[in-house]
Amino acid sequence: MTAVAAVVAVTAAVLGLTLLHESTAPFDRAFARQHGSHLTAQFDATQVTAAQLTATATLPGVIASAGPFPTVTVTPSIIRGEQDPHGPPGRATLSPITVVGRSRPDTTVDDLTLLTGRWVSAPGEIVVATDADLPSEIGTKLTLDDLPGAPVLTVVGTARSVSLTADAWMLPAEVEALSQHVVTSMQMLYRFAHAATSGDMSANRASLAAAVGGDALTGSHSWLDVQQGTDRNTALFIPFLVAFGTLGVIMSVLVVVTVVTGAVGSGRHRIGILKALGFTPGQVVRAYVAQALVPTAIGIAAGLVAGSLLSGPILHSTDQLYGTTTSGVDPKVDALVAVGALAVVALSALAAAWQAGRLRVLDALAGRAPHADRGHRAAWLAGRLPLPRSVSLGLAQPFARPTRSSSMVLAVVFGTAAVTFAIGLGTSLNAVQAAKDHDNADVSVDTFGSLPGPHGIGPDGSPPPSIDAAGITSIVAAIDAQEGTARSFSISSTDATIPALAGTTTVFAFNGDASWSGYAMVSGRWFTSAGEAVVPTTFLHATNTSIGDTISLFFEGRAVPIRIVGEVFDPHEQTMEVLTDASTIATAAPDLLPDHFSIEVRPGTDISAYITRLGAQLQPLGLEAIPTGGNHGGSDTIAALDALTAALTLLLIVVSALGVLSAVVLDTRDRAHDLGIHRSLGMTPRQTRTMVFSSVTIIGLIGGLAGTPLGILVHRIVLPAMGHSAGVGLPRSVLSVYRAPELVALIGEGLLIALLGAALPAAWASRARSVDVLRAE
Amino acid sequence: MDQGEPVLRPMCRCRPDAYLHRVTSSLIDIARVSRTYSDGSVALDDVSLQVVRGESVAIVGPSGSGKSTLLNLIAGLDRPTAGSVTVDGVVVSGLGEKASALYRRRTIGIVFQSFNLLDDLTVIDNVALPARLMGTSRRAAARRANELLGSLGLADRRDAYPGRLSGGERQRVAVARALMNEPALLLADEPTGALDSAARAEVGRLLADLHAAGHTLVIVTHDEEFADRHTQRTIRLADGRVVGATPAGASR
Repeated sequence: MTAVAAVVAVTAAVLGLTLLHESTAPFDRAFARQHGSHLTAQFDATQVTAAQLTATATLPGVIASAGPFPTVTVTPSIIRGEQDPHGPPGRATLSPITVVGRSRPDTTVDDLTLLTGRWVSAPGEIVVATDADLPSEIGTKLTLDDLPGAPVLTVVGTARSVSLTADAWMLPAEVEALSQHVVTSMQMLYRFAHAATSGDMSANRASLAAAVGGDALTGSHSWLDVQQGTDRNTALFIPFLVAFGTLGVIMSVLVVVTVVTGAVGSGRHRIGILKALGFTPGQVVRAYVAQALVPTAIGIAAGLVAGSLLSGPILHSTDQLYGTTTSGVDPKVDALVAVGALAVVALSALAAAWQAGRLRVLDALAGRAPHADRGHRAAWLAGRLPLPRSVSLGLAQPFARPTRSSSMVLAVVFGTAAVTFAIGLGTSLNAVQAAKDHDNADVSVDTFGSLPGPHGIGPDGSPPPSIDAAGITSIVAAIDAQEGTARSFSISSTDATIPALAGTTTVFAFNGDASWSGYAMVSGRWFTSAGEAVVPTTFLHATNTSIGDTISLFFEGRAVPIRIVGEVFDPHEQTMEVLTDASTIATAAPDLLPDHFSIEVRPGTDISAYITRLGAQLQPLGLEAIPTGGNHGGSDTIAALDALTAALTLLLIVVSALGVLSAVVLDTRDRAHDLGIHRSLGMTPRQTRTMVFSSVTIIGLIGGLAGTPLGILVHRIVLPAMGHSAGVGLPRSVLSVYRAPELVALIGEGLLIALLGAALPAAWASRARSVDVLRAE
Repeated sequence: MDQGEPVLRPMCRCRPDAYLHRVTSSLIDIARVSRTYSDGSVALDDVSLQVVRGESVAIVGPSGSGKSTLLNLIAGLDRPTAGSVTVDGVVVSGLGEKASALYRRRTIGIVFQSFNLLDDLTVIDNVALPARLMGTSRRAAARRANELLGSLGLADRRDAYPGRLSGGERQRVAVARALMNEPALLLADEPTGALDSAARAEVGRLLADLHAAGHTLVIVTHDEEFADRHTQRTIRLADGRVVGATPAGASR
């Protein structure tokens, strides 16, 4: 049992500590592992030769370099429907990408990690970066329509560059071919002796620019910028993974302590014999500590292997979240877990054996615990409950061994907390996605360009044509006249400036009430009149304003005061934005036309038929109506987080149930004598199972009752921490995700974990024959 | 000891007319039973014997002779490797775990050598346990247990825990528990093994009373003097074989 507990605990500890380790500066470790590029520089190949670029490797301060690599920018397209069954049919043109020509992935700087498939080896092959906005499925065809002959490239692999040096890679000769054999751009990757600060990097860049002369250095990006961007993303997930990792480590320690102390405590009779034979208390302690350490060592070895195997898929998920790469479980984690497990086992055995070694010989020989009369009162009371006797006998058992029962309760508490947290997190993430999409509308019509979110792309991947004021009037009329229209609003967008803020701020002007469309409020309220506006958290931080403040927007010199009445949850890429009623800026931007319409249909309306009818009316304008609802959960990140949450939760449930299992096994073994008596008095196998299951019922309920609030507390701490790391406040709909029926079910989860853990001992107890247990006892 | 007449009566729920057959019909029929353990040791070797209703039989023999194994087979706690054990018409050796448990509840009462009382239950809860396991209400089980404890002179010890009782008292509690479900057969394994001479005499009188009340008794003991004094018939075992026995139904 000790060995099994060690396997379970070490596995959980390896996973837990690996998560904690992975969550410590993930970018820095991945960057070091890949010999990341401190400076990724682009050069104009018409102004500098390859030989000159190679010579830059010897510049003062440069400690390593790779390149020059030919680069080309292309605009690929894919056939939707063939490779993206979820997208609308037709050809979709993707964003321009930078393709770098590299003959191999493992260069001295930016040692790429090949994640799937293989490296390029023939013409027409391409490896895409996992961080690029490109289809990553092996075999995907990318067509380069903008090049003569529209060459088709086949994706043969995916790779990750922590330094984000390219969107895709091809053989150098292929890149030259795509450049019509006139390479205009070359890439060099550098590592510098001093690269810790932006000042260092500026100096390095200046030295490089001076070395190549003129305007040959056309662009560069520093690893510090990449680090900042990656850290901003990873910070979102660190609290989440730290929470799971910590739970795993705590539970592993709990399992080991329970089993070791229980196993030593169960050997009282044997200890009595040893003492009767002349063993001193010190000798008893040494014997039992040694006895506990031998199976532990075996369990540790097996646990390290199991932990490494199970960590594989977990690390794959964390890599996806962190945008990093790992080479498996860090040997330091293995060493720490092995030493830690041995120490915990030794200390637990020492404490239990010390207590047992001090027992009087006669008490030990009789197998009597120091407090043998514990639980009598509970047994007496349980016997008076109007319950079947097998149930009441089981209910009283936890009170006879309060320490062991407490450890079982703790195991269930942590298991239930993990489930509660995981379910809350999953619900919250879906709420985040729903709030991000704010697409409660049933139907939408785009008139120009694309808005953030799922709107705004034509059937062939191109933006719809722009519509004039008359066209807008026709659209409004068509929507209003359409049978089944419940309500609608339109959005216009334009740029404004704010004196205290660099760059521009996008102003979204709404015609009609849009409060129903799914925008979630972090605080305050949705705007209801001209002059009021809502803004995202990032805006409030950047402008150092808060709800109730008034701020001026400038439209080509014309100031428009707005009063901030709410903090809206809208964490997409465009974070500097203001959402207000169209009438607020009607004077300052009189020619502004809506570029998007959202429509809600009446209940019972056939949306497809509605879209067909509305589409027919919009056809003369070259527009179409498209369905917008039900796009929740489409984020790859959230899908990865959901999968990781499910895997980690399952693992913690298993560890929790094994914690209960080990304690119930010890309890059943200690009670073998009583069990034999019960069976000899006519207790049926079913009644025996009932008794064992009943013995963990109170434990499960207490664990559920304590674990559920603990899980909610962890959720309450971790979610805001995740939001804070990402620089966004979270709306109530994201934080308050637990409903009464769910809470009841979650409390029941504790009972389920306890029953799960008791299942094997119950089966064993029901099959055991009384003559065997009485003889063995 | 106050021996309340209705309390120690023998009863068999499954066969209400059993009393009429008591003297003449065989209650226990052991036919060519052997028991060999997994390590190859032979506990019983081709043992056959019968016990008729109302008999008081002692199985005697030295340690390792197989007498406790034989008792376990009669009680359905163990299974023979060959032969059959039939009790009250039921082939005990062919019962599954559940049927075996039901058989023990309804047909037999067992008094163990080391009493086997549950330390965390009071005396009355120990005694009432077999009835409670059978689904008898707490009130009815307590009433019957109180009657038994009263008749065995333990009325004032009903709320004590076994750890506070003397050896003789524990043995009487074990007897009360064995009688709780009014079994057709009472089995006792070394009932005096852990007792001093005064307690042994007390148990002897108790067993005699039970027999006098019509109970069928099978007592395993190595104490031949006790067997001679308190039972009608003795079956002698040695090395797993019957080496001496008076015929079924015979009296000393």
